[in-house]
Amino acid sequence: MSKEVTFKVFRFDPEKDKKPYFQKYAFEPRQGMTILDGLFHIQRKIDGSIAFRSSCREGVCGSCAMHIGGKYRLACETQIKGLGKNITIRPLAHVPIIKDLVVDMKPFWNKYKSVKPYLMPGDPDPASHERIQSEDERKKIDVLIDCILCGACTSSCSVTATNEDYLGPAALMKANRFIRDTRDNATDERLRLVATENGAYRCHTIFSCQYVCPKDLNPQASIQEIQELGVKRILKEKE
Amino acid sequence: MKYHQVLVVGGGLAGMRAAVACNRRNIKVGLLSKIHPVRSHSTSAQGGINAAMNNHVRGKHDDVMRHAFDTIKGSDYLADQDAVVKFTADAPHRIIEMENWGVPFSRNEEGKIAQRPFGGAGFPRTCYAADRTGMYLIQTLWEQVCKYTEASMREEMVIYDEWVCLKIIVEKNKAVGVVAWNLAEGKLEIFKADAIIMGTGGIGRIYSNTSNALTNTGMGMALAYWAGVPLKDMEFVQFHPTTLKGNNCLMTEGCRGEGGYLLNDKGERFLANYPDSSVAMEIAPRDIVSRNITREVMAGRGINGQDYVYLDLRHLGAEKIMTRLPGIRDLAMNFVGVDPITQPVPIQPGHHYTMGGIDVNENAATPVEGLYAAGECACVSVHGANRLGGNSLLETIVFGAIAGESAVKYIEDGGKTGDVSKTLEKGKKEVEDKILSIFESKGDEDPSLIREELQKVMAEKVGVFRNEKDLKAAHTKVQELRDRYKKIKIMNTSGLKFNQDLMWNMELEGDLDIAETIVAGALNRKESRGSQSRTDFPVRDDKNWLHHSTFTYTPKGAKLGKKKVTLGYFKPKERTY
Repeated sequence: MSKEVTFKVFRFDPEKDKKPYFQKYAFEPRQGMTILDGLFHIQRKIDGSIAFRSSCREGVCGSCAMHIGGKYRLACETQIKGLGKNITIRPLAHVPIIKDLVVDMKPFWNKYKSVKPYLMPGDPDPASHERIQSEDERKKIDVLIDCILCGACTSSCSVTATNEDYLGPAALMKANRFIRDTRDNATDERLRLVATENGAYRCHTIFSCQYVCPKDLNPQASIQEIQELGVKRILKEKE
Repeated sequence: MKYHQVLVVGGGLAGMRAAVACNRRNIKVGLLSKIHPVRSHSTSAQGGINAAMNNHVRGKHDDVMRHAFDTIKGSDYLADQDAVVKFTADAPHRIIEMENWGVPFSRNEEGKIAQRPFGGAGFPRTCYAADRTGMYLIQTLWEQVCKYTEASMREEMVIYDEWVCLKIIVEKNKAVGVVAWNLAEGKLEIFKADAIIMGTGGIGRIYSNTSNALTNTGMGMALAYWAGVPLKDMEFVQFHPTTLKGNNCLMTEGCRGEGGYLLNDKGERFLANYPDSSVAMEIAPRDIVSRNITREVMAGRGINGQDYVYLDLRHLGAEKIMTRLPGIRDLAMNFVGVDPITQPVPIQPGHHYTMGGIDVNENAATPVEGLYAAGECACVSVHGANRLGGNSLLETIVFGAIAGESAVKYIEDGGKTGDVSKTLEKGKKEVEDKILSIFESKGDEDPSLIREELQKVMAEKVGVFRNEKDLKAAHTKVQELRDRYKKIKIMNTSGLKFNQDLMWNMELEGDLDIAETIVAGALNRKESRGSQSRTDFPVRDDKNWLHHSTFTYTPKGAKLGKKKVTLGYFKPKERTY
């Protein structure tokens, strides 16, 4: 029996092609080969015209999220073995295509930037020493800080699919990372940005973000937390 | 043509830190990176960042001079001692600054930044954030860049991500601009700048067995080398003792700092059997541990007689592994199917770091006016012949900030690029001609084979142990590959838009020229010092070799020279741990 696998790769150059198409590449994978290794094999040995992003090849830089064999995954962490003989590879969704598997991440980054994704302590930096934070306080942001900003969650989200203004799971989880950080002092300001119609309240609790996250994070839990904090804030204002 | 007062090339920690330094002093800065900044290889740094912070119960007597001494001893006395003292003295301040900006450092019981023991350090000095210190540092710096660009009303800070720098343009020994390639639009563009800062990182991908990201090609250092800047100490290449068997992903030194064991096929902690590691054991410096693992393997005591040994973390217990080394556990489970809580992890030494790089002084300035470099692409030298773990992240933020400050000072003192449009246009034309010659090549050399052959010969013959015969063979091979490169034929000649076939193969030229400097330097240096271990010259020879090597580009290969090492604080002594 042939050991060959076939990658069916999404191809599209908006400046040259009338519409996207799939191209098949068959090759014999070596032991332990990942999807990313396979894409490099194609680019270096079969067809130099395909384009895809990569960097760390160990699942920490977030470059290579794509739709592989029916699910958003990181190409570098995904073994070819186990995905069958025919593997379909598409780019991240709901963002413009630049070329093939390379998408324009600007919408993703704009949403990220819109939540003020940086520490706002509200007082001058002590400079001579760190801001004290107990081990338990630090634990509150555990896991939330592990997001690698790959975009898999945002692409998998059915709400993003129908509403381009929805902030999406990654940006909302980033906001929650600062809301929970005891060194940050801008919860009100952030809630005004994210506990909104197109922010946390747009989530339909479909849980696809949690299902696809390559780092096994749970953006949905953060969204729920923001929803709750947002309601509390409004009730408090009414008091 | 675009213009910025300062142009930073490279978006990792050093590059972003330099850009922030310029921005904070109201100097208009552009940051050019071939990938998005958060994708940079700084992200992969795991174990931590060194500073004498006195936060650990066993670190109360630590101070900046002890950090300096450990760094200098670790360097096998090749580091410039004045630069090291500046480096370690600046360390606590720079780390506190990063914490103040939001880095989620792990904490000690007093709520201060947690510190752990690391190789070659007299005290637990390595500040950490679980085992993802690099990732948190880079995300925090990126957050700061977002904050500054948000506030930037008049393009005070502009990020050009997925722009590949192809040439640095120098006129009369003054850096005046670069030619860069906008991948998404498929266009070349000239950038004029009053000062340029290189922060392009390491070059690991010239080795097949590297821990480095795929993006770490020889191109960054080569850009400066081709522009006439000397490289320094290129023969000193660090092999990390614990990279994952197979794909050589890093398994942080923190594994050993937290108490992990290295075991041979007999289940022995074999480091006890070697005089240079018998006391410090697993937390001896990297060069020593890598050599002793390699010796075990050569003696047939690798696991099942093969080329790897075990990193055993099981006795640390599930909780410690889950809280302090969660990333390591992920990597081991993903790539070798081993859970460190219940099984030992197969590891082998792998290429990890280049101590050498673009020749700069303690102000991050190269000999070319207006050109600066910081981070792994630069050689100050604070690492000398062997870098201590935890000092590379530190180098990025300390010397990144210094490079930014130096460029600012240069401009404030009147440093400026005048009307050089002819030179810039000529530089662009040269790049266009080069691309055209690749597109229209009548040759038949497959560049992917050249890359594979290069990576193989570097791993096999220019590795942990070296000798004249192997190095000569490697040099001949690299020169042959450089000749073959002139006749490469690439597949995609349809234009520039995200033409990664062209991109990787233009970078391959950098790989080859940088590899040549490493082999030439290793062959030239007839002694063993730090990471350079010559079996035919097994001892350190301070009388003849206590000096830096320099490498100046010529089309035939590097022209070698010497440069004085600055001593002054600590006298060279024999190095044992």
